[in-house]
Amino acid sequence: MDRIPILRMGNFLLVTIQVDLYDRLAQNLESDLVQMVSKTGARGVLIDISALSIVDSFMGRIIGNIGSVSKIMDAETVVVGMQPAVAITLIELGLELKGVHTALNVERGMQLLKEKILIEESEPDEE
Amino acid sequence: MYIVLNKDRMVIEKEQDVVPYRNRVKEFAVKIGMSLVNQTKLITAASELVRNMLKYANGGVTTIEVISKGRENGIRLIFEDKGPGIADIKLAMKDGFSTGKSLGLGLPGAKRLSSEFDIKSTVGKGTTVTLIKWKNG
Repeated sequence: MDRIPILRMGNFLLVTIQVDLYDRLAQNLESDLVQMVSKTGARGVLIDISALSIVDSFMGRIIGNIGSVSKIMDAETVVVGMQPAVAITLIELGLELKGVHTALNVERGMQLLKEKILIEESEPDEE
Repeated sequence: MYIVLNKDRMVIEKEQDVVPYRNRVKEFAVKIGMSLVNQTKLITAASELVRNMLKYANGGVTTIEVISKGRENGIRLIFEDKGPGIADIKLAMKDGFSTGKSLGLGLPGAKRLSSEFDIKSTVGKGTTVTLIKWKNG
């Protein structure tokens, strides 16, 4: 069965989606990622969609679900590399990708994840 | 009023048909020189409608056409299924309404992404959706 590889990098999981997702592949990715978060205790998930030429409401829902489930598992999700035409289309479609953070590229996405985790870790001291 | 310049039909019966169908639509859009943003909108709308057809009617037949009106060229897509039909089209066209477990963006979203959009449905007989995306529209 086709699978999208998930790479571990320290506290983070990295996923690069390089093929147009069909339904089963997208659903496998969702369950694989959640299991990886649980197994590795990852604090962040970075999803690179720079190779995707379209994101429809089905794929948007999968991405949103990954964000929501990861959140419950105590990990933040950042989607990076969205093509400009895809962004324009998503907004017109009415999809807001709630529950996930977005960043322009992998580098900024990593930075965002690090900041999020630092803020969370420093919060208890302030109280 | 419209002249059909080129035409192709594809039968959609399983989820693996979605990606090849999207690629075929893209080929047509590229051929008439549609901009990348309009291509993306057209293919996204097509993807929504073809998924709807699979989900609610177990598939159907799609037609891809290059059409011309005056000086303007465009792509017309027709989606015909013999599914259960839609009882209340007005309701189905509302954002967030879904009888399935989806976001309810498919039909209204596809309409927003199209230049022209038409839906006809008879309960018990099926649904036909037609959309046009003009090259510069």
